[in-house]
Amino acid sequence: MSFVKLTTSALAIAAVSATAAAARDQVQVAGSSTVLPYASIVAEAFGENFDYPTPVVESGGSSAGLKRFCEGVGENTIDIANASRQIKSSEVNACAANGVTDIIEVRIGYDGIVFASDIDGETFQFTPVDWYRALSEQVMVDGEIVNNPFATWNEVNPDLPAQPIQAFVPGTKHGTREVFEEKVILAGCEEAGDFEAYLAANNDDKKAAEKACIALRTDGKSVDIDGDYTETLARIESNDDGIGVFGLAFYENNTDKLQVADMSGVVPSTETIASGEYPVSRPLFFYVKKAHIGVIPGLKEYAEFFVMDEIAGPDGPLAEYGLVADPELTETQTVVADESVLGGGS
Amino acid sequence: MTDTRHMSLLVRDTRTARRNRAETRFRIYGLAAIAIGLTMLVILLVTIVGRGSGAFQQTYLSVPVTLIEAKLDKNGNRDPADLKKVTTFGYGPLLRSAFEQMVDDGTIRTDLPAKKIAGIVSDGAEAQVRDAVLADPSLIGQTVTFEFLASGRVDGYLKGRVSRESIANDKNISAEQLDIVDQLRTAGLLEKRFNLAFITGADASDARPEAAGMGVSMVGSLFMMLVVLVLALPIGVAASIYLEEFAPKNWITDIIEVNISNLAAVPSIVFGILGLAVFINYMHLPNSAPLVGGLVLTLMTLPTIIISTRASLKSVPPSIRDAALGVGASKMQSVFHHVLPLAAPGILTGTIIGLAQALGETAPLLLIGMVGFIASNGPDSLGEGLLSPNSAMPAQIYEWAKRADPAFYERAWGGIIILLVFLITMNAVAVLLRRRFERRW
Repeated sequence: MSFVKLTTSALAIAAVSATAAAARDQVQVAGSSTVLPYASIVAEAFGENFDYPTPVVESGGSSAGLKRFCEGVGENTIDIANASRQIKSSEVNACAANGVTDIIEVRIGYDGIVFASDIDGETFQFTPVDWYRALSEQVMVDGEIVNNPFATWNEVNPDLPAQPIQAFVPGTKHGTREVFEEKVILAGCEEAGDFEAYLAANNDDKKAAEKACIALRTDGKSVDIDGDYTETLARIESNDDGIGVFGLAFYENNTDKLQVADMSGVVPSTETIASGEYPVSRPLFFYVKKAHIGVIPGLKEYAEFFVMDEIAGPDGPLAEYGLVADPELTETQTVVADESVLGGGS
Repeated sequence: MTDTRHMSLLVRDTRTARRNRAETRFRIYGLAAIAIGLTMLVILLVTIVGRGSGAFQQTYLSVPVTLIEAKLDKNGNRDPADLKKVTTFGYGPLLRSAFEQMVDDGTIRTDLPAKKIAGIVSDGAEAQVRDAVLADPSLIGQTVTFEFLASGRVDGYLKGRVSRESIANDKNISAEQLDIVDQLRTAGLLEKRFNLAFITGADASDARPEAAGMGVSMVGSLFMMLVVLVLALPIGVAASIYLEEFAPKNWITDIIEVNISNLAAVPSIVFGILGLAVFINYMHLPNSAPLVGGLVLTLMTLPTIIISTRASLKSVPPSIRDAALGVGASKMQSVFHHVLPLAAPGILTGTIIGLAQALGETAPLLLIGMVGFIASNGPDSLGEGLLSPNSAMPAQIYEWAKRADPAFYERAWGGIIILLVFLITMNAVAVLLRRRFERRW
């Protein structure tokens, strides 16, 4: 019977594939969607210049990538996790529990986070305090902690336009959210002096006060975007009052639709971020599983290629795309060359 | 109310008039519903074609490049290993001097530095020259005219997506560069033409949207459909034949039947999670492989095939079976010699529609790693095609729609056109098969 033949051959294919799965010859990368464009640019150039196949780069977010990274050692686990934040000690522990002990941390550069609104709308000049007061769930008004009463930006700060508050911020699964909370909302909270009030209200519990600072209002004025920046852009295009949080590279590719806001009087650009003047930026990383070096062909070469001056340097293609080059790139190159792992040792 | 004694067939009473009005109204509702549906379809198609047709055209630029021996082959021995050591970065200066040459001979009149002028060609131009040199080292020392892709912004300028106003704040391109583009266009060195690479090519990184194509992800989809066909058709048909023709009717088969119907309604993302847990984490099949994608989609397609196969088996009249059994055929002979051939067109139609459904499915692929920057290596063999990482057409479209550069957005729409062409063709084949071969009793 031909059906029987077909079925047996199908089973045979499955069986063969199960054994063939033992030989993976391309590097597998997953993680942050902020790092994805950079990683794909490097992967493409790597494939062009080396005889190794082009690495596979998946996205999914920093946390998801690190979770997969920590699943264990072996060819069915990923070799590199991209992250738009540093690995947490809880993640290092989770890794260690699964046998992933030697992790090489590679910092590739910095990424700016910008606030942008519709190109035809009002122009904004923000400070972290403005964002904190506009978006925090509770704020201090006349010496008392009250639920956020502000509806328009000029109520928050008389210098801002009288435009309804409508912010699109990255959802909690994004690494960008953490930077936004820490460098904008929390910084604003401290600057505004509200942090002390929360401290007093929480019996000097610093953690609780920080939590109170970064709790965002839930009345619809602040909307979490769990998708990518393209979704934030679509929201702003459909809502003229919207102000979104973007990566610098995304903004630079869409300057015909978006205008960027100053932060504390500094216009975001690769220069102001590199010099440290623009306050909202964060380092980008990728993490390499040392146990896979020498097993997966091209893994170390890919890591070395990524941090080469021609790639990650100030004149390289990554900087051209929007990455702020790391001034300490030479040290990173040494880290990769020596395969120095996290927590010292070799 | 109406006086029945004076009723005439020629005069409408109020009740008939009301009923007639109700019918007219209902017809209008029906027509309106169809009109709304058609309008939506037209809007959808016009949008898709309007936004996506641009992807089928691409701007090319011809540049004569002098392949200087001192830069490409220092030892002068044309040893392939030595030639490979010159990376794409080593080819950058060649391109820049090619543009300087064009300024010198008056083709381009500009004050821009060569690096800026070179910004109008794709980032992939260096790799293109390098590949040509590696393929034919005898080119070294000569001046060869290359057809480069223009950068995404320049391409957008020719397509009307990018204008001098829209690039006011754009650091990727400047008005001076567009002046050069205009000069080259007048000189006939830069032109927009049909873009075969979009249909056959591989995905490209975020920095070069102009080079991205659907080809490799199409191959990925093809391999997945192959797996689905090879697995789902025999399993589905065998299951349906047994259930329909051989299985006793009792509560166990009832439960199986109900569950097959339920399975058809399970959201596809569930199969994705199942695939991740079983095929990748437990069976250790490779990530991002079309084989795994195909297995997941097989699970999704099976119920569709079983249901349609059973329906077409049911539609074969019992008299056929009785006649076969009456002349002494065994049950199996009656099924395989008579029932199955008569049901085949229905089975095929169901299979094709199931495949078309699977072809357009994205959700389960998200979980098994088929979305990302993947489809860059075309497979060489069947085994590699099944096992080496690849994307699929809908996953590729999803990926492009997420990227920052607006040029990818156009390609996402272009990808939708290709996908729709596939789906329409498959459905047309299904309709044709049914029309041509199906028998009705």
